[in-house]
Amino acid sequence: MAATNEQGLLQIASIIEQHQTLPGAMLPILHAIQDNLSFIPSNALPLIAKALNVSRAEVHGVISFYHHFRSEKPGTHVIEVCRGESCQAMGSRVLEENIKQRLAIDYHQTSKDSQYTLEPVYCLGNCACSPAIRIGDDIHGELDQQKFEQILESLNTYSLELK
Amino acid sequence: MNLSPSTENSMALMSRKIFVSLDTTARSKGSDKVATQAENILNSQPDLEAKLVRNGSRGMFWLEPLLEVNTPKGRVAYGPVKPEDVSEIINQQCFNDIVEHPLCLGFTEELPWFKSQQRLTFARVGIIDPIDVDDYINHGGFVGLTSALKKTAQQIVDEVKESGLRGRGGAAFPTGIKWQTVLDEPEQQKYIVCNADEGDSGTFADRMLMEGDPLVLIEGMIIAGLSVGANQGYIYLRSEYPQAQRILNLAIENAQAKGYLGENICGSKHSFHLEVRLGAGAYICGEETSLLESLEGKRGLVRAKPPLPAIEGLFGQPTVVNNVISLASVPYILSHGGASYRDFGMGRSRGTLPIQLAGNIAQGGLVELAFGISLNELLQQYGKGCKSKRPMRSVQVGGPLGAYLPEEQWHTALDYEEFASIGAVLGHGGIVVFDDTVDMAAQARFAMEFCEVESCGKCTPCRIGSVRGVEVIDKIIKNDNNEQIRQDNVNLLHDLCDTMEYGSLCAMGGMTPFPVRSALKYFPDDFLPQPSTEKAQ
Ligand SMILES: Cc1cc2nc3c(=O)[nH]c(=O)nc-3n(C[C@H](O)[C@H](O)[C@H](O)COP(=O)(O)O)c2cc1C
Ligand code: SF4
Ligand code: FES
Repeated sequence: MAATNEQGLLQIASIIEQHQTLPGAMLPILHAIQDNLSFIPSNALPLIAKALNVSRAEVHGVISFYHHFRSEKPGTHVIEVCRGESCQAMGSRVLEENIKQRLAIDYHQTSKDSQYTLEPVYCLGNCACSPAIRIGDDIHGELDQQKFEQILESLNTYSLELK
Repeated sequence: MNLSPSTENSMALMSRKIFVSLDTTARSKGSDKVATQAENILNSQPDLEAKLVRNGSRGMFWLEPLLEVNTPKGRVAYGPVKPEDVSEIINQQCFNDIVEHPLCLGFTEELPWFKSQQRLTFARVGIIDPIDVDDYINHGGFVGLTSALKKTAQQIVDEVKESGLRGRGGAAFPTGIKWQTVLDEPEQQKYIVCNADEGDSGTFADRMLMEGDPLVLIEGMIIAGLSVGANQGYIYLRSEYPQAQRILNLAIENAQAKGYLGENICGSKHSFHLEVRLGAGAYICGEETSLLESLEGKRGLVRAKPPLPAIEGLFGQPTVVNNVISLASVPYILSHGGASYRDFGMGRSRGTLPIQLAGNIAQGGLVELAFGISLNELLQQYGKGCKSKRPMRSVQVGGPLGAYLPEEQWHTALDYEEFASIGAVLGHGGIVVFDDTVDMAAQARFAMEFCEVESCGKCTPCRIGSVRGVEVIDKIIKNDNNEQIRQDNVNLLHDLCDTMEYGSLCAMGGMTPFPVRSALKYFPDDFLPQPSTEKAQ
């Protein structure tokens, strides 16, 4: 598990403080940390454990149970590819393979240039327009290889504009 | 289409609205760009005096992005619209009331696909501005709550019992009876938990409802709170639905500002607080006890029942756990009466079911109809066959744990008991269509793989059985033409399915055999050795 620096820890402490009095605060805290830091650093665990009065192992147990939470820093863009049956019916098996080849990574991996992380998901609720992928909060449907290339292109232009 | 001149005067009095959907699927097809374009045009032409409304979706996803313009005779629809079409459409429609645009579909509500539906729960979805409380009220919103506030808790529960409503989350348990159990618990902290985990592939009714009419869910939850004496509700929403999360939170804020949530709702002595909580990508957290563990901040391990959540639920307190559609059906029941809801449907399946058409289907989307329509009618009349224009071969109903049905079973009527009688389930009403290129052995393998990935791990038949299931199916698929070995493996797979079905703690392991067995039974040829390219080499 990757750790974070002093500044990240300060952010985490403040997130914990904001949420810890909620009943069942664990998931809201983990979500907030991941939303802010893009992953849940290993050195956040003792802080969370202490605030919620549980063991470190329990926090780890929760993080590792849920597919959404990650312990390593992901690439700039997390690409979630739907593997659900509806998407399979519209050719997602081939699409998945093509995407893996195109990015030269498998699921749960990050590309060498740290641009992309690939994750499987099981249904994005976009099944009437399968196959679907999600990047950030954007969901793309009726996907094929050509459309995927266009999306990659737009992601790159966007990140260049930011610089 | 020419709207008669007599309507022109009333048109002038009517404020014009342009509707473009903010539904996830509509957005995935580019509705945001269409909306931005519409906004630009309205801003640059103030004399149009029209307003843009981001509504839910009508559920005709092959027509999205759909753009609608209101007229005194009804809304006129255009679709699928591209940003470059918007200017011409708005100018023609708003200034002349004459529609000769090639994308014009006529009045939305006259489209045969839409007109023939029986929309009770989805009555407002695609029609109103989802987060505008006044718009909601103008379309019959909060009538059910007002009526519930005049009733005793028992009278509310009786009304729901009378309606015959059964849970729409999959298990089809009578909602009124569940509420009665919670009501009968002694006075203490009680909870209403909305199961918005909608994990089944091929389903999106919960999402569409939360994005298109979140206030009806909120109203249903308040009524549930009144009926059992609960003052706190949680919506457990899957993290895959970011747009639903945004819209729900805005709707909750607005409802709160207008006194429908919080202390002394509508000036009564009752209070109800509501919060959205996000899941984290675990299918099993749709199972109600696993969901409660997750809400409490733990790993989503399934709890053994009893005790029922109705008696010992969230934080050990009596809890109503209901699906989004179940709860959203309650305002109709309270405003129109339980008997009115009960009049729809067949057998013991009362009321309506939002059906989702997905997969390889020409017209994918949401249809709300009374129980009783046949699968065939849905596939042909509404779905219009496969999107690939190839023959349909297999249909999976009820999500990843549902059976794969061959053509000879497509006459089956949508009814919980009818489906059970053919070894299938209706589940959440999701229908996923496959054309004749499907490899059913691969689908059976995937069912096991899905169980392996998503099992909570608490019991052996499911945790280990699914791993073994994948292995055995692989062996069957790759078999070396030895019929005896093949048959032994098929028998082993059946044994394994038995163990999972009878030995699992919950339906995850217990129902994974449904898709596997149905694939084996109805599509046996797909499990025979195929002339594979590997062998040919
Ligand atoms: C593996 C599994 C997954 C489930 N997923 C969901 C789900 O995503 N949404 C849902 O409403 N119910 C789901 N259920 C059913 C719930 O356990 C429960 O029956 C339901 O939330 C009760 O609400 P209802 O009576 O309104 O249907 C699932 C059940 C199982 C066994
Ligand atoms: S059947 Fe599977 S998911 Fe259900 S309790 Fe057992 S291990 Fe968990
Ligand atoms: S199965 Fe892929 S979006 Fe639903």
